Amino acid sequence: MYTPVKCYQPYYSPFDPCPPRTPICYATPPNLYLGFQQPNLPQYSLKEALYKGTLWPSLYDPYPLEGGGYREQSTEG
Amino acid sequence: MWYYEKKLQYPVKVTECNPRLAKYLVEQYGGADGELSAALRYLNQRYTIPDKVIGLLTDIGTEEFAHLEMIATMIYKLTKDATPEQMKEAGLGAHFANHDHALFYNNAAGTPWTATYIAAKGDPIADLYEDIAAEEKARATYQWIINMSDDPCLNDSLKFLREREVVHSQRFREAVEILKFERDRKQYF
Repeated sequence: MYTPVKCYQPYYSPFDPCPPRTPICYATPPNLYLGFQQPNLPQYSLKEALYKGTLWPSLYDPYPLEGGGYREQSTEG
Repeated sequence: MWYYEKKLQYPVKVTECNPRLAKYLVEQYGGADGELSAALRYLNQRYTIPDKVIGLLTDIGTEEFAHLEMIATMIYKLTKDATPEQMKEAGLGAHFANHDHALFYNNAAGTPWTATYIAAKGDPIADLYEDIAAEEKARATYQWIINMSDDPCLNDSLKFLREREVVHSQRFREAVEILKFERDRKQYF
């Protein structure tokens, strides 16, 4: 199952000076999985496509992801 | 040749005068993985790439100039009315000393653009893999800038540009598939 983000938990030492920034996440956008794009995939309406930056829902990768645990969301305060 | 359309590919709106953000954004203007590097890389490689994918490099290279223009507009709007004092506070004192409010092709750390940022190996697979890597690096740069920016209007345009990097990477990956396709080999599924 395709997920646009992957996270992992690096080791945190009790002697590390900064509060932990976990989990660490990175983007895995749809272009990594699509392969050669098949014909006749669903399309956005023209207006929506111009707004989103792509005609194809299968290529759309919103950022930052909701609850995706990117750095800015995973740190406190 | 090119035809120029006197409008931006996607609207650029800036909420407030913020030279600090301009200092970061310039990474996408004159940085190694920025839009200038991208445009020049693709429009140069296209002469020695197989016929089937020349058009792709021309199209994407051209679009990169449209992105460059958007980034320039952002940087200009973020800094155009900043006082010398504000420029200094934003870490742009050295830039101001040399360029006043003019834009210049350097990265966020102030290093001027150099042709060593781009490559043309002449090997189609090597060059396309370089292009895929360049798109992923530009996508990541947009992510880090979005993470630091609290300007919702600017972020809207940056998200559009990030999505274009995803689409370009996809098309370069398809170009590799076209070049490695073996027509006479039987297909087993």
